Amino acid sequence: MRSQTRIRGVLAVLAMLAAAVALAACGSDDETSTETDSTAASGDNLIQENPENNGVKLTVGSKNFTEQFILGEIYAQALEAAGYDVSTDLNLGSEQVALKALENSQISGYPEYTSTALTSFFGVAPEDVPADAQAAVDETQEDFAKKGLVAFAPTPFSSANAVGLLQSTADDLGVSTISDLEGKSQDLTLAGSPECRQRIDCLAGLEQYYGLDFGKFTPIDIGLRYEVLDKGDADLSILFTTDGALFVDSDKYTLLEDDKEVLPAGNVIFISDEKVATEAGPDYQATIEKVQGGLSLEVMQELNARVDIDKEKPEDVAAQYLQEAGYTE
Amino acid sequence: MIGAPVITGFLGSFGGAIDFIFSRRNSVQGPELQVGGLEQIWELASTQIAISAVALLLAIVIAMPLGLWLGHRGTGEFLAVAVGNAGRAIPELALIALMVAFIGTGNLNVTIAVTILGIPPILTNAFVGVRQADRGAVDAARGMGMSELEIIRRVELPLAIPTIMGGVRTASVNIIATATIGSLAGVKTLGDLILSPNVYGEEGVIAGAIVVALLALMFELVLAGVQRLLTPRGLVLERAAARATA
Repeated sequence: MRSQTRIRGVLAVLAMLAAAVALAACGSDDETSTETDSTAASGDNLIQENPENNGVKLTVGSKNFTEQFILGEIYAQALEAAGYDVSTDLNLGSEQVALKALENSQISGYPEYTSTALTSFFGVAPEDVPADAQAAVDETQEDFAKKGLVAFAPTPFSSANAVGLLQSTADDLGVSTISDLEGKSQDLTLAGSPECRQRIDCLAGLEQYYGLDFGKFTPIDIGLRYEVLDKGDADLSILFTTDGALFVDSDKYTLLEDDKEVLPAGNVIFISDEKVATEAGPDYQATIEKVQGGLSLEVMQELNARVDIDKEKPEDVAAQYLQEAGYTE
Repeated sequence: MIGAPVITGFLGSFGGAIDFIFSRRNSVQGPELQVGGLEQIWELASTQIAISAVALLLAIVIAMPLGLWLGHRGTGEFLAVAVGNAGRAIPELALIALMVAFIGTGNLNVTIAVTILGIPPILTNAFVGVRQADRGAVDAARGMGMSELEIIRRVELPLAIPTIMGGVRTASVNIIATATIGSLAGVKTLGDLILSPNVYGEEGVIAGAIVVALLALMFELVLAGVQRLLTPRGLVLERAAARATA
């Protein structure tokens, strides 16, 4: 009697496991690969393998959200195509952790946003971040050089935090800029990452520069930034301008214009240790700067959408990008 | 892999973290914002304690009667043990994200999520504790004419107290430690410190972790005291005797 019960139990567990595996397999089958790309594939984009790079070890890092995973994979796969011996250490957490990992030589380099670098690492107030992208890049490169770090050329796209909401909510409230929220914010709930509350390029800045006073701030995992809008759990949510959902569901969500420029935009620069960069040879910097050439705002949104909405893996999406843009075969 | 420099770096921050708990300081964002100090720590910790206490009570109310009843009947081992063990493997963050779709963010969501985490150890230990109660004592109770409910309440439950409380203590540590993720679902807990290095600095992150660990120890100690009070004198004497002869 007892042993029979146990056998039945084991069978039930095995059946559950089998079902789980089957479900997972279904999930990955379901590929809705949208064939679009604004970058024309041309032969001279192709990354050439250089035998001199063989055996040179590099570790590409990244922070902990979709866009960073994709960028990390793009750089890692491109460097591998150039002949380097590449490993990855993606999902390092916030920029403070990623910078520490770089300074401790745990990683060779990782992609960072100029605006984040200036405000988080170098104490620049958000209103003092240069509006001109090149000026921001120059300032960031100078500041990193003082730390013995080198910042490569920027990506074509830039990314910023933005106050987003459902189009229907925006219509009801009659708002299109953040200033329009004045006098209405006390009845509204804003959702953002836990640290948004006190960051000057987030809630603290909205309060200080726009004089807003939200009824409630809901700290959430940034992975939930669209769910809270969908479920009416928050009226406003801190979104990223490069989010895939803004590309795919452009009728559903809208961003409020940051008319006082409190949420600075930043291009991505790959930062690396100067010594590592020298030892790795010229192909290191050249490959990274070449391969990010196709990353316009639309392309980045599309790549983010493939991961966030189509649920593809960042490494697969990165490989697709490299192929579609002709960097790899 | 964490290299040696990171470890020494963390040791250096440890003293700073203790200081963060007791005194206010400038935030990483600048001097306009003051962070740290006992008042802020208490504000965050008290929410975490409240949520955890409610979740623990709920978990006990749900899992204990079920475990006792199944253990008394001697059936449903699969339910008590296998489902119990599988329940421990539920990823809490995924659960919270899933529940946002139904009940939104906030206290209710986080409380339910950590309650579910507390059920398995209580259920399994209540079942096992009752199953292991001295059969001779149970038979004697039945012979005396006790009803089944009386047997559970007056014989099996007291005999199973040490095992049951072991489950409750495990559940409490799981719950208080995990309630930290409330900060990702609309509840301001100590997770706020851990998740915001750009505001509180590395010292704040470590301070948050230290206070969570202290809370877990505190729950554990309080429940150990409760266990002492609840354990029948007979069991205590029996153990003392066993120790003396050993």
